[in-house]
Order: sequence, then structure tokens, then C-alpha cells
Amino acid sequence: MNNRLIFSLSKSLLMARLRQTMIAAFGVTFSITMFITLLSFMGGLNNMLDGLIVNRTPHVRIYNEIKPGEIQPVNLSPEYKRNYNMIRSIKSESSRQDIYNSAAVIKALQEDEMVLGLSPKINAQVFFNDGVVDITGVLNGIDAAAEMKLFHFNDYVTSGKAIDINNLANSIILGKPLAEKLQANIGDIIQVITIKGDRFPLRLVGLYESGLRDLDKTLGFTNIKTTQKILGKANNYITDIQVKLNDIKMAPLFAKNYSMKFNTDAEDIQTANSQFETGSFVRTVISYTVGITLLIVAGFGIYNILNMMIYEKMDTIAILKATGFAGRDVKTVFIVIALSIGIAGGLLGLILGFGLSSLIDQIPFHTAALPTIKTYPVQYNIKFYVIGIVFSIITTYLAGLFPARKASKIDPVIIIRGK
Amino acid sequence: MSNTILEARHINKYFHDPVTVKVLDDINFSISKEEFVSVIGKSGCGKSTLLYILSTMDTDYEGGLLIDGINMKSKKEKELAHIRNSKIGFIFQFHYLLNEFSVLRNVMLPGLKLAEYTEKEIEHRAMEKLRMLDIEQLAVKSASKLSGGEKQRVAIARALINDPEIIMGDEPTGNLDKKNREIVFNIFKQLSAEFHQTLLIVTHDDELTRISNRSIEMEDGKIIRQ
Repeated sequence: MNNRLIFSLSKSLLMARLRQTMIAAFGVTFSITMFITLLSFMGGLNNMLDGLIVNRTPHVRIYNEIKPGEIQPVNLSPEYKRNYNMIRSIKSESSRQDIYNSAAVIKALQEDEMVLGLSPKINAQVFFNDGVVDITGVLNGIDAAAEMKLFHFNDYVTSGKAIDINNLANSIILGKPLAEKLQANIGDIIQVITIKGDRFPLRLVGLYESGLRDLDKTLGFTNIKTTQKILGKANNYITDIQVKLNDIKMAPLFAKNYSMKFNTDAEDIQTANSQFETGSFVRTVISYTVGITLLIVAGFGIYNILNMMIYEKMDTIAILKATGFAGRDVKTVFIVIALSIGIAGGLLGLILGFGLSSLIDQIPFHTAALPTIKTYPVQYNIKFYVIGIVFSIITTYLAGLFPARKASKIDPVIIIRGK
Repeated sequence: MSNTILEARHINKYFHDPVTVKVLDDINFSISKEEFVSVIGKSGCGKSTLLYILSTMDTDYEGGLLIDGINMKSKKEKELAHIRNSKIGFIFQFHYLLNEFSVLRNVMLPGLKLAEYTEKEIEHRAMEKLRMLDIEQLAVKSASKLSGGEKQRVAIARALINDPEIIMGDEPTGNLDKKNREIVFNIFKQLSAEFHQTLLIVTHDDELTRISNRSIEMEDGKIIRQ
């Protein structure tokens, strides 16, 4: 086939109907622009919402769960080994909450190549007290430096400095709504009361805002040593080890390994937060559906215009066929027309889509729930652009295929006789 | 009979809409190389229908058609298109040129499709044909800006571009005024006499019949005289 000839024929037919073809191309441009913008915006939103959880959640959490022992004494007794033992009303053992041999676990984690970083933590139930107010809450003993590195802790400390709890003795960071309840300002002394009734004064050095207000109502952070002191525990008392891995996908396997190796509990992020994956997935499906619908509508536009063009160019097609062009040549000409509309419109759509999403990226977006977000979130992903152009080519090809087949089947005799 | 370029063998043709009518009845004739044949007859006698069959555009017929000794009956659409492209030049009554292109491009198109020569050579040959028909000054004009007579001459140049074995015309002078008819007659005369071009022209025009070597007369789908 003589490609140059086909292209020159297509070009001439396109130019002869320049306005209509431009409108068709703009249809594609519009849909691709919206497709790219929608997906980028939705992707950004997904990342932000996932970030709410994922950024602050360890990939694997090693802890000691309070639960009934799996092996009960009767099962150990050789006398009843062959029996089927039924035990009712099993109670959880009064086991310790801290991780056994935490120093060894930490050492093993530090030497593990899969681990990006780890942050030990103590979880303690306490009451916060300021004057007459007593509020139940959770005191987290953390290593502020590790938390900042792994979980962006400082992003969520909106007043004061996160690192201060490491540097200043007996200092505490409180959730902002909790501090409001306690009428406490930075620099004030907060009374923390343990479950056992011990009272401990701490200086408020910062306010924490996670975006989940209900959570912030109960949260306080001190450094690990202070928490150990408040609880009256030794300096190897650790209730949680939070681990971030190099590859988040390895978390379930990693959790299983460590849980077996150190006879402790380990929970991976996929199990703990499966609902977030579902949310992201549904949002992605919706945006793809809308984008592809737009493209299909644009495809119908192209179909219409090509059909019209074929009716207008019946004579041209008949003469081409009479002078020796085969049906296939005519078909190729019209498919080339359709594809050039698709490719030109699609490429322009990619550029405009990029422009529009960068524009959205500049629009201010302030919300109390998300202190780190300043503008609307937008994700720039080459994948969206590839899908956009591929789909625009496929839809325009299909939109062109049927008119082109019709054109190829035009009988020149009928046209020439008809006049 | 290696001298025969086109041969029709017992061609029958029916129209089925709305009722089946036999429009061509046992057509038998042959055309030798360098012959100038005209086909005459009253309107509706089937002469145009015959021409479309002979030009390979209409494939819905009974009987045999041999062009250059090759049977057209078993050929596929693509092969027929190639034969039209390389061996047949066509001149219509109304459908002259592609308005989207310049005159030169119109003449070149069948040559570009055949691709026997490079584009440069085809352009050169097209200019030669235009010069031969004395219309080379029109080459750069857009086809839509020509007069009817000019268009028909360009169409003749286009029919000649691939040096066809035979040129077929369907009432080529039917839509022209007297002056342009004269010009087209002279071109046919010149083609036949100087260039020994085989011509098969369907016409109403008595004058055209007079300048042809041989005249085939049709009536009611039959050849009554040849």
C-alpha cells in the first residue's frame, strides 16, 4: 500500500471539512482533558486520604495482645492427650502488656534489611487532670525523633515543637481538642494520673492535630523514659514496636515471621486497614468510568462527522474507486482521518489536562482536619496520560471503523449512474 | 487473436428491483488494439450498463469478460481495482475531478496509486499529458475552479496517466457545449490517429460515431448491429 498517497488523500479530505473535523477533535480534547484532570485529582485525593492513615500507621506493629492462652494446661497433660477436651469460660491470662525481650526484638529489627526504620512505643491508659477536670485518655510514650522520621509526627504538631518532648524533661504534647477541654496553654502544667492513682505533673510543650478530632480528644505524647517513669516501669518496658518496611507489600509476611520468631503478636497494615484500600479502589473505578464515558461520547461525535463526510464525499469515493483505488484503500483513508482526529485531539487533551490539573494544584484548600494540606491535592502520574492517549486512539479507531467500512463498500456504479 | 484487447462473451445482466428485468441479452463482441469503437443506442437500451460491466466496476452479471486475455469473472475486488488502475482509463459524463485537489494532483492520483514511477516522474508525465491536451496552464489551479470543458479535458489527461490499454468513456461529450464538444472530439481523433489509443465510447452523439472506426448499435439490451 502506498502510505504517502493514503495520507495525502486523508489530509485533503480533512482540510476540505476543517471546521467539522476540528470540532470532532475538540470533543476528544475535552474528554481527554477531563479524564486526565479527574484522575489526577482523584489520585491526589486518594493519596491524601490514604496518607491520613498510611503515613501514620506502621507497616507492621509488634505488640502483646491480651488474650486467652492457646494451649491450656489440660492439653499438656499426657493423661488426657487422647481425649477430646472441652473447656468452658476461658479467661485471658493476667499477662503483661509489654513485649518480652524487647531489646532483642529491636536488635533483630535493626539488623533486618527489609526494615526501613522502627519506633518503639508505650501505650498507657491515664487520666488527664487540670483543676477539677478528669479526662480519660491514652498516653503514648514515643521516641519523637523516630516518629518524625517515620510517621511525619512533626507535620501534625501544629503548635510548639515535636522534638521538645525528647529534649525537655517531663514535657507533654496533647491533642488540640484535649488541651482545649483542659483549658491548657503551651507552658502550662498538666496533671497526669495513672490507673493506679499516681499523679504526675507534666509541662505542655505542643499541640497535636491528626485530622481525626475524636482521636485527638484522648491523645497525649511524652518521651519513652517519662512514660516509663509515670507508670513506674523499668527502662526495658515497651508495649509496641512500630516498623516501617522498605516494601509495604512485604508486611503480611514480615509480620508472620516476627510473630513466630519472638512468640509475640504482629499486625500488618493490610489487615489493620483493609477498608482504606477498598475506598481508594472504588474512587478509582468511579473516576475511570466517568473518564471513559466521556471518551465514548466523543467517539460518537467522530462517528457522526465521519458518516456525514462520507455522504458528502460519495462522488470522490466513487471516482477514486473507478480510477483504481480498492475498497481497502478507501477504508484506510477514513481510518487515518479518524485516527488523526483522535491523536491530535488526544495529545492536545493531555497538555490541557496537565494544565488544568496544575491549576487545581494551585487552588488554596484549607481544612482544620488536614493541617499539612495547603492546596487541592493532585497526583501527577504518567500512567493516566498513557491510558488517556491509548483510549483516545482506541475509541476514535472504533468510531472511524464503521463509517470507513461503509465507505469501502460504496458501489461506484450506483453513484455514477445516479447523476 | 492476440490483437484482441477486450472480449465480451455471452454477457447477460438482470435488474431485480422492483421486478426482474433482463437489461443485457447475450452480448458478444470484441475490440482489437488501436480500435476506436463507439456504442450507440437510445436511452435505456443498456449501453451504459454494458460499459460498467466492461469497466469491471459492475460484477453482477452472467457470462465472460476478458481484458487483455484475462478472465475478469474470478477476480477479487482488489485485483479488479488494480486492473482498472493499470489497464483502463475512464471518462465520465458528470463526475470529473476531485474538488479537494489541484488539477495536477487529480491527474497524478491514479499514477500515484499504481506507483510504477516515482512521484517526480509521475508529476512530469502528468504535465506532459496536460501539455498534449493544451491545458498545462491549468495545472496549479484547484479542480473546483475549472469550467466544464476544462474539467473534461483534465479528466481525459487523468485517464491517460497510466498509459491504459483502453480508454472507456460514458457520454463524455453529453454535458458539454458545442465548442467544448469539438475540442473533445479532436482529442479523441488525435488519440486514435496519432497515439493509436484503443477507445470505447458510449455516446448519443452522431458526430462521435462518424469519427470512430466502428460503431456498435444497441437496442433493448441486444446488439443489433456491429
